[in-house]
Amino acid sequence: MNSIHANTVFSRRVKQVVLGCALIGMAWQVSAQTKVDDAWVRATVAGQPSTGAFMTLQADSDSKLLSVQSPVAKMVQIHQSSMKDDVMSMRQVESVALPAGKPVSFDPHGYHVMLMDLTAQVKEGDQVPLTLTVENAKGEKQSIKVDAEARALGMADHSKMH
Amino acid sequence: MSTLFTRRTVLRGMGLLSLGLLAGCDDSSRLSFKYGKDLSDKIMGRTFKLKDAQGETKMLTSYRGLMPMVFFGFTQCPAVCPTTLARAAQAKKLMGRDGEIMQVVFITLDPERDTPQMLDAYVKSFDPSFEALHGTLEETAATAKEFGVFFEKIPSGSTYTLSHTATSYVFDSRGTLRLGLSASLTAQECAEDLLTVMEVC
Repeated sequence: MNSIHANTVFSRRVKQVVLGCALIGMAWQVSAQTKVDDAWVRATVAGQPSTGAFMTLQADSDSKLLSVQSPVAKMVQIHQSSMKDDVMSMRQVESVALPAGKPVSFDPHGYHVMLMDLTAQVKEGDQVPLTLTVENAKGEKQSIKVDAEARALGMADHSKMH
Repeated sequence: MSTLFTRRTVLRGMGLLSLGLLAGCDDSSRLSFKYGKDLSDKIMGRTFKLKDAQGETKMLTSYRGLMPMVFFGFTQCPAVCPTTLARAAQAKKLMGRDGEIMQVVFITLDPERDTPQMLDAYVKSFDPSFEALHGTLEETAATAKEFGVFFEKIPSGSTYTLSHTATSYVFDSRGTLRLGLSASLTAQECAEDLLTVMEVC
């Protein structure tokens, strides 16, 4: 009898601990939220080995985007383009800072994700899966999965370049 | 002293301007553009000889009677190349019937990776009238130099990307270089300046 009672108490404890952990986990998830908006990829023509992915990221707490992965590309890099004297320069960056509450735009004129060594042609309307790894100030990593819609290669870009 | 000098400069400028107006279609006449850069006095891009998708040799004279707009880039360019080509297609539409004589010529700075067929499909996805030219590495470098176009390979992991001049160069229908359009301009701004080129020649 006694041992059964002890068992019940023990299992209740276990349940409490599990619940507590789950709550902490949920709280952590909430604290490390990064929102991804308007993710899209530029469609390619047959044989074109790479293309760009674009989106807006907004992190709740100071974080940084560490890397991106996609099944459509053997290699994914984060690049930054900049314009000086009408020369467009490109360089690879290690990570991109995502200051708390501030939307960071990945567009054709700044940071963008390069999908390289494509495994197949990206056609207009395709849903391209992307997995983003974001790290917060405490060093906790979060994995975010999004489907980016492939938009026509010849699509006019309405945002003005600066 | 400085006022005198300024006045003299202004007078000289006006003299040149009226000469230009008299000359009309003359190569030396300068143009005033609202947004782009007047390149009428620049001797650039006159002797390039490259191949189109069909393997035919194309030179500046191949586009006589048209208004060629030359832009340098590469298909793996994620930003400025598709943006500029889409802008050119939009400007052509904005110009209506006048846009018919505008001939976009895309010259690849990456002939090692841009195959002629891929290049052709790439530019034609923006507008079926667009043309892409390619050459050997040496021909590409010589053509870029002739236009004053800067380009540089940037190693990126196991591959590379390119930094390059993003200006579009516009010739009039007689093959005189006229206008440089920066990548920062909108399609509407480009269309307005392109119509100015057409008014003169």
